[in-house]
Amino acid sequence: MSSSEQRVRHFQDELEQLKARLLEMGGLAEEQVRLAVKGLVDRDRDLIARVLAGDGPLNALHIEVDSRCFTLLALYQPMAVDLRAIVAAVKINTDLERVGDLAINIAEAARQYVGHPPVKKLIDIPRMATIAQRMLRDALDAFVRRDTELAQHVLNEDDALDALKTQIFRELLTYMLQDPATIEPALDLILVSRHLERIGDHATNVAEDVIFMVLAKDVRHHAAEGN
Amino acid sequence: MPTTAPPRPHLPRAPVAAPEPAVQATAKIDVSGLDFYYGTRRVLEQISVQIRPNEVTALIGPSGCGKSTFLRTLNRMNDIVPGARVEGAVTIDGQDIYASSVDVVDLRRRVGMVFQRSNPFPKSIFDNVAYGLRINRLTTSREELGGRVESSLKSAALWEEVKDRLHTSALSLSGGQQQRLCIARALAVEPEIILMDEPASALDPIATQRIEELIYQLKTRYTIVIVTHNMQQAARVSDVTVFFWLGKLVECDRTDRIFTAPTEKLTEDYVTGRFG
Repeated sequence: MSSSEQRVRHFQDELEQLKARLLEMGGLAEEQVRLAVKGLVDRDRDLIARVLAGDGPLNALHIEVDSRCFTLLALYQPMAVDLRAIVAAVKINTDLERVGDLAINIAEAARQYVGHPPVKKLIDIPRMATIAQRMLRDALDAFVRRDTELAQHVLNEDDALDALKTQIFRELLTYMLQDPATIEPALDLILVSRHLERIGDHATNVAEDVIFMVLAKDVRHHAAEGN
Repeated sequence: MPTTAPPRPHLPRAPVAAPEPAVQATAKIDVSGLDFYYGTRRVLEQISVQIRPNEVTALIGPSGCGKSTFLRTLNRMNDIVPGARVEGAVTIDGQDIYASSVDVVDLRRRVGMVFQRSNPFPKSIFDNVAYGLRINRLTTSREELGGRVESSLKSAALWEEVKDRLHTSALSLSGGQQQRLCIARALAVEPEIILMDEPASALDPIATQRIEELIYQLKTRYTIVIVTHNMQQAARVSDVTVFFWLGKLVECDRTDRIFTAPTEKLTEDYVTGRFG
C-alpha cells in the first residue's frame, strides 16, 4: 500500500470515528429530550432532576468532537468532500450540544410546571417531541448514510413542528384568558413548545449541513436569494 | 408574544444559483484544441483553456499527466526536444505563437520561465540578473543596466539581502535566495507572463513561503502559470486551477471551487488524495 493510500485510509478511519461520536451525541441528546418531556407529562420530579444533572456526557463529547476536527484539519488538510465532511461535523457538533442544552431548558420549565396544578392534558407537546426527536434521528442518519433525500425530508418536516407550536400557543392563550391562575404554568408549556421547535431548527441545520457535505450546495437561508 | 407563527427560518428551498463561469472572455493566453506529441506518442490531447491576465493559474495532476509539457508549450520550450510536435493553437494576446513569423527568442523574453531547481549561472549575482538585458541589448547605459538589475532584485524580494554583495558569486546564495535570483533574472527582461515549474519544491517551508508571497505580489503585474505537486500551495497561491490527468484537461475552475467542491469525480479523487 502506498503512503498516499495509507494516508487516505487513516483519514477515513478517523472520519468514521468522528461520525460514530456524533451519532453517540445525537443518541444522548435525543434521550435527554425524550426524558425531559416524559418527566413533564408524567409529572415525575425524579426524572426531571436526572435530566437536569445529565448533560455531562454530551458536553464531554462536544469538546472531544471539536478536538478531533481540529486535529484532522491540521494533520490531513482535507480538500473537497473530505473538507466539507469535517466542516459539517464541526457545525453538527454545535447543533447537537445546543439540543442537549434545550433538553435542560425543557426540564427546567417542567420543574416549574409540576409545582402548579396541571393546566390541561398534554397531547400536542408529546407530539412535538416525537416529531423533533424523529427529525434529529433522521438528520443524523442522513449524515452517516450521506442521504440527501432523507435530509430534504427532515427540512420538510419542520413545517409540522411550527404548526403545532402555533396551535399550542393559541390553545393555551384561551386557558390564560379564562383563568389568570393558569398563566404561569401555561407560560412554562409555551416555553417547552418553543424549545421543541428550536430542536427542530437544529435538526434542519444538520440536514442542511448534510446536503452541503454531499452535494456542495448551500441551501441555508434560501441561498439562491443571496447568490 | 405573537399570535401567529413567525416566518420559518429555513424553508422552503429555492434552487441554488448557477456558479459564475470559471473563465471569462479576456484571455491573455488562449489554448485551443492543443495536441502534443513526442514522436508518435500523444502526451497532450485536445487541451483548450483560457488563461486570464494578472491571475495565477495553477496546473495540478499526478506525475506524467502532461502538466509540465503543457507549461512548456506556452513559450515553445518543447521546440528543442527531438521529435516533439504540436497541433492546435496557442495564442498570446491574439497572436499565434507557433506561427512561422514568430521570433522564438522574443517569445521567451515575453514569456519567462522559472524551473524546479534554481539554476543560476556561475557568475556574480549582478551578472545573473543583467544577463538577459545584455544579450538582448535591452539597456543603453551602465546606469540603466544597474537600475534594471536593482528593480528586478527588488521585485523578486531579494534586494535587501544581496545589495551589499552584488558582485559575489550567485552560487554562494541559499537555495531560496537562488530561486528568487532566478525569478529576478526572469523579471529583468520585462516579461508579460511567467511560467513556473514547481518553483518551491526543493525549498524549505520558510523559503517556500517567501516564494509564495512573491507570486502573490507579482500577479498584479504579470500573468503567472505555475505547475505544482503541492496541493496546498496551489490552493494558497492560485486564482484558477487546472487539473490534468493522462494528458487530458479534466477540469478548470476557480481554485476555491476545485478544492472545496469540484465538479468532476476524478478531480475530487485527486485533490482528496485518493489517487496520484
